[in-house]
Amino acid sequence: MATIHVDGQSYEVNGAQNLLQACLSLGLDIPYFCWHPAMGSVGACRQCAVRQYKDEDDDKGMLVMSCMTPAADQTRIDIEDEEAQAFRASVVEWLMINHPHDCPVCEEGGHCHLQDMTVMTAHDRRRYRFRKRTRRNQYLGPFIAHEMNRCITCYRCVRFYNDYAGGTDLGVFGAKDNVYFGRYQEGTLESPFAGNLTEVCPTGVFTDQSHSDRYTRKWDMQFSPGICHQCAMGCNTSPGERYGEIRRIENRYHGEVNGYFLCDRGRFGYGYVNRSDRPRVPEYREGWRESEASEPVEVGVDAALSQAADALRHARRVIGIGSPRASLESNHQLQTMVGEAHFSTGIEAGEQACLDVMNQLQRHAGLPTPTPREIEDHDAVLVLGEDPVQSAGRLGLNLRQAALARREALGQTLGIPQWNAEALKTLAQDRYYPLFIAWPAPTDLDDVAEARYAMDPDRIARLGFAVAHAIDPAAPVVENLAPADADAARRIAEALMAAERPLVVSGGSLVSEAVLEAAGSVARALSRRAKRGGLVLIRREANSTGLSLLGGQPLDWALEELAGGNADALVVLENDLYQRLPADRVDSALARAEIRIVLDHQRTATTEKASVLLSAASFAESDGTLVNLEGRAQRFFQVYDPGYLRPETRIHESWRWLHALAANLRGEKAGDINLDAVVQACANAHPALAGMVSAAPDSNFRIDGQRLAREPHRYSGRTAMRANQNVSEPAMPKDPDSAFSHSMEGYSGYQEPRQQVPFAWAPGWNSPQAWNKFTDEVGGHLRGGDPGVRLIHPVPGQGSYSLPVRGKAATETTEARESLRALILPRLFGGEETSALAAPIQQRAEQPFFILNPDDAQRLAVRAGDTLNIAGGPALPVREQEDWPQGWAGLPAGCFAGILQGQRITVRAQAGGEA
Amino acid sequence: MSQSIASQRQSVRYRSRLLQPESERSADTHPLTWRLRDDGEVVWLAEYLRKEGYDSVSKALGNGDPKAIIATLKEANVRGRGGAGFSAGLKWSLTLQGGDMPRGYIICNADEMEPGTFKDRLLMEQQPHLLIEGMILAAYANNSRYGYIFLRGEYLESARVLNRALEEAREAGWLGPDINGSGFDFDIAVHTGAGRYICGEETALINSLEGKRANPRTKPPFPGQSGAWGKPSVVNNVETLCNVPAVILNGADWYQALSGGRTDDGGSKLYGVSGPVEKPGLWELPMGITGREILERAGGMRGNRQLKAWLPGGASTGFLLPEHLDLPLDFDTVGKEGSRLGTGLLTVVPQDKSMVAVMRNLEEFFARESCGWCTPCRDGLPWTVKLLQALELGQGEAGDIELLDKLAADCGPGQTFCAHAPGAAMPLQTALKHFRHEFEQGVTARSKAAEV
Repeated sequence: MATIHVDGQSYEVNGAQNLLQACLSLGLDIPYFCWHPAMGSVGACRQCAVRQYKDEDDDKGMLVMSCMTPAADQTRIDIEDEEAQAFRASVVEWLMINHPHDCPVCEEGGHCHLQDMTVMTAHDRRRYRFRKRTRRNQYLGPFIAHEMNRCITCYRCVRFYNDYAGGTDLGVFGAKDNVYFGRYQEGTLESPFAGNLTEVCPTGVFTDQSHSDRYTRKWDMQFSPGICHQCAMGCNTSPGERYGEIRRIENRYHGEVNGYFLCDRGRFGYGYVNRSDRPRVPEYREGWRESEASEPVEVGVDAALSQAADALRHARRVIGIGSPRASLESNHQLQTMVGEAHFSTGIEAGEQACLDVMNQLQRHAGLPTPTPREIEDHDAVLVLGEDPVQSAGRLGLNLRQAALARREALGQTLGIPQWNAEALKTLAQDRYYPLFIAWPAPTDLDDVAEARYAMDPDRIARLGFAVAHAIDPAAPVVENLAPADADAARRIAEALMAAERPLVVSGGSLVSEAVLEAAGSVARALSRRAKRGGLVLIRREANSTGLSLLGGQPLDWALEELAGGNADALVVLENDLYQRLPADRVDSALARAEIRIVLDHQRTATTEKASVLLSAASFAESDGTLVNLEGRAQRFFQVYDPGYLRPETRIHESWRWLHALAANLRGEKAGDINLDAVVQACANAHPALAGMVSAAPDSNFRIDGQRLAREPHRYSGRTAMRANQNVSEPAMPKDPDSAFSHSMEGYSGYQEPRQQVPFAWAPGWNSPQAWNKFTDEVGGHLRGGDPGVRLIHPVPGQGSYSLPVRGKAATETTEARESLRALILPRLFGGEETSALAAPIQQRAEQPFFILNPDDAQRLAVRAGDTLNIAGGPALPVREQEDWPQGWAGLPAGCFAGILQGQRITVRAQAGGEA
Repeated sequence: MSQSIASQRQSVRYRSRLLQPESERSADTHPLTWRLRDDGEVVWLAEYLRKEGYDSVSKALGNGDPKAIIATLKEANVRGRGGAGFSAGLKWSLTLQGGDMPRGYIICNADEMEPGTFKDRLLMEQQPHLLIEGMILAAYANNSRYGYIFLRGEYLESARVLNRALEEAREAGWLGPDINGSGFDFDIAVHTGAGRYICGEETALINSLEGKRANPRTKPPFPGQSGAWGKPSVVNNVETLCNVPAVILNGADWYQALSGGRTDDGGSKLYGVSGPVEKPGLWELPMGITGREILERAGGMRGNRQLKAWLPGGASTGFLLPEHLDLPLDFDTVGKEGSRLGTGLLTVVPQDKSMVAVMRNLEEFFARESCGWCTPCRDGLPWTVKLLQALELGQGEAGDIELLDKLAADCGPGQTFCAHAPGAAMPLQTALKHFRHEFEQGVTARSKAAEV
């Protein structure tokens, strides 16, 4: 701690910070541009000038940049100094010289840091009377719009994109007053984190293209605290709605999970919510008992429920199939309705086994699971069988920061403070903390990795077991290990043991229990050698962890029960079975199910087979709880009531549908139920989930007796927005489920600490920088506590080592020579079911391709440019990769529904490449 | 063809010729230039060795005490000849070495781009081994592994001469492994710049050397802590490094005495004049000589013109008046008069030249050469250019001069990221102070009337 004196007042601050950060943390306002809490100081914009005095007797002082000055003990500064104020006004005046002043047509207007800072510095008269310079803009892909005329040259974009996120295709061009930020030629920004530019840019140079297409001012949108549903990371989001559509997703600050940044799948993958082909009313397939082909008809809620209940009541046995992309509450309601003995998680057996292993390891492997923020404090990382950027988006950014953190350690030896970003970068150059990746294909972290080992899943597992043995001789020996792999294992073990806090990362992408057990063994070995380390296990979907805690039979079981005639009715919750198991298996099971009730918010191959389709709410229209890959239960809340602007819609939360259906089934009149009751019921039924109740405040939560406002207080047009339907404005929808109001009425301030913040706004702070007002210190934690509660806790002890998998059999079978095994590679864009329905994601998804080892390619007589296809799948071009494991074919996730990891496939070549 | 090259070379020589005959120069009084030939030809290794060449290296490496070099240099108070006047010995003493610290770099700042400055090229074009010798001593003192000469791109002749001299030195064992049997390894490469003034700023130079944008770096950390590629690095001007061999051979007291009591600063200095004088050129003179003596050596103003103002050491120094001609030109004295010694090469402005035009020209240069990193420099300087252009055309408006005052003040030291904008502000501020009426003439009668 340090005492600093600001404008004659004394304050206690964190002396390791710079003055700007310290003052902002105190709630004092100093304008700034180039500084960013996650990226440190560079002193470029000169906006944060204050007057600093040497000591008590110094009455002259000098202007310094607060971002570049340590908040050392007994520092004396004046923010309100007249000359400092005048200088700050000059800086904004310069920045505005070439700015187009196009706020009325600029997407940034209303949440623009440049607007905020201009107002803060009281610059309101333009004295520059000469011509402005103008720039050409670039096409940067489907996500980001580019308007360089607005640029104020703060350099934040390239610092985030290149220095923080490891991008290489956005740069600085030109010099003097003609500095240009863009690509060397037009084209899609390559970084999967490019979307953060829209928030990092203090003005409207980089804006959200998906938002531009259906633009609404920030103050005119309705928000809720959201949880991203597009992977298992559980990033907190702030989705904004207008006219019954999600208009954009912005980051919602969470001190432990996502900080200031999201990945582009999470930010731009929301389009499925707005699709016009969504089921918005229940559908009933006339004569479905007799004919598959009959067209569905739209029916009312009561009719749908009674039809469904009647049918289910006559069924011999009803199987319920849950979903890892649906909330705990909805899954629980289904499980309750059909009974535990008849409930399936809807997860394929291999994946579910992996999920169970991961839960076990998180409890018993001896190392705790760090939060994503804590990941950045680890000084050696082994990634075993994962491609984190592709499988868990944002997590890849955390791992990159872990490698980059060596800069700060090196800086410490020279007394360079950790906020002095450029100096640390200069000092460290390309020195990183060791990061080892065992993964067959190139990953987005290779540039900061010490080594990547291209191996097949079994070999990755064996490498992991060998690392464990090298760390702890008590761990089982791996027999017949290739000398190169033994060297690699030694090298990795040495690096992990040399670290203060080694981290092991693995996950379910390879659907290999062996790989997970190997990762667990490394964790155990480190734990037994008394290392303070961590273990991170990546799950695939938003609620995979939650569903594995809730429990249930795998999907394979459910299909077998149906196909075997042990059940004749089926209720499917937000799950496209065809994405998970081969179509013939699903078909034969569905053919035996006489009654097929499907709840979903999208049209899928499964909803096509529904006898009754119940129009479920997406994340945007519902509340619920998800458990992320840390084991953190987090609540997401309804953004808008879909019936307000479209009274004809009958969209409801799945848990609400299922509650009503269950009541109907019992022949009772369905009284309504609210979220609190559903949460409580779920928690009561599952001891492992008991903590979920405190994941968020319940619907009775109030601040100063008020609900929390979903809309900013400047929300406009409320009386008119529905006038096309009826000139009288109906009452705003009531929300029985949460403490949020569907209006601007309610609390939206920052003074009272709160955990659940739909949108960040504070007087004078309209941009995302307003989050600084909600945190205990800038870049710290929400003053009301970071949302969510951890459900999985380590149990003392390390458990026992499992046995390594055996090496490859010496002789290959004929089958092995003629076929390849599928190695499905996760894909951030296009590899996830719902976001793949969003148009920008579809545009952004790379042209998919097969990867083959050159020897296999030769054996199959394919050349680069040829296409291959698998029965039933699309024909894709082939790429050869020198170190790709032999006997395996790399397949992009999301292209071949129903093909399982490791499955033998027969590929057929089609000529078309170079002769 | 060969004739045209020869004539080009002739013209190149003419501009960088020292206007002092060999007879006037001696090893005792002209440590920088006594070896130079009257015919302007290069002093190659054989001749250089005959003229005490590399004696200081033999001596210093033979002594095996790098710290002694720094101590001598500190005692001699050799001040940086690039313009800032920082003690080279002090700079070297702050360079990190020993322990786990990797061996870093000695970088010669040969990016001589200060308008009105043409001293370093003389040393590099005609006497390359003196610089190499100085760099070896610097490397030895700072435990540098490698040396770079960051050379202004247009200095083709210097590049040719330096590269050949480096080859000579390497062949003779003055560079490379185990120099002169001392066990010390060191070598030097020439890196030619791509023509940005800002590369003369030592940290921007390092960034450029690393292949990055030539943006200055924040200090601290200083290059001596974390310089090129994050390793301890020393950046010294050509002339500074060329001073080192004689200091090591003759000692600090000898060096101090060179200025002959004119000033507290020791040593000699390459002074010069450009502008409408009879004989523009270069001289090695004692530190602290007056402007008047230099102007006299230059034969006075050309064609009976009157001196209006002069810049003592390049475009980024403040204007002085004829009344300042008798001040000793050293770092501190000139500093007290609101200017800087800078490079010590005078730029002369005659009475008939418009100061508004001169300033417009200078500010166009500075605005163009801004790296674009910090706001006052990037966006403030172009505004001064626009205002000066308007004033020059008689299209100034009421308030423009006050705006120039404010812009110049806002570009002052500490308020900008590096010294580039303060360097642009200093001539502007002094011109506004001494010649305000000329600027006022650019404000049109119409807008003056509007003011009333």
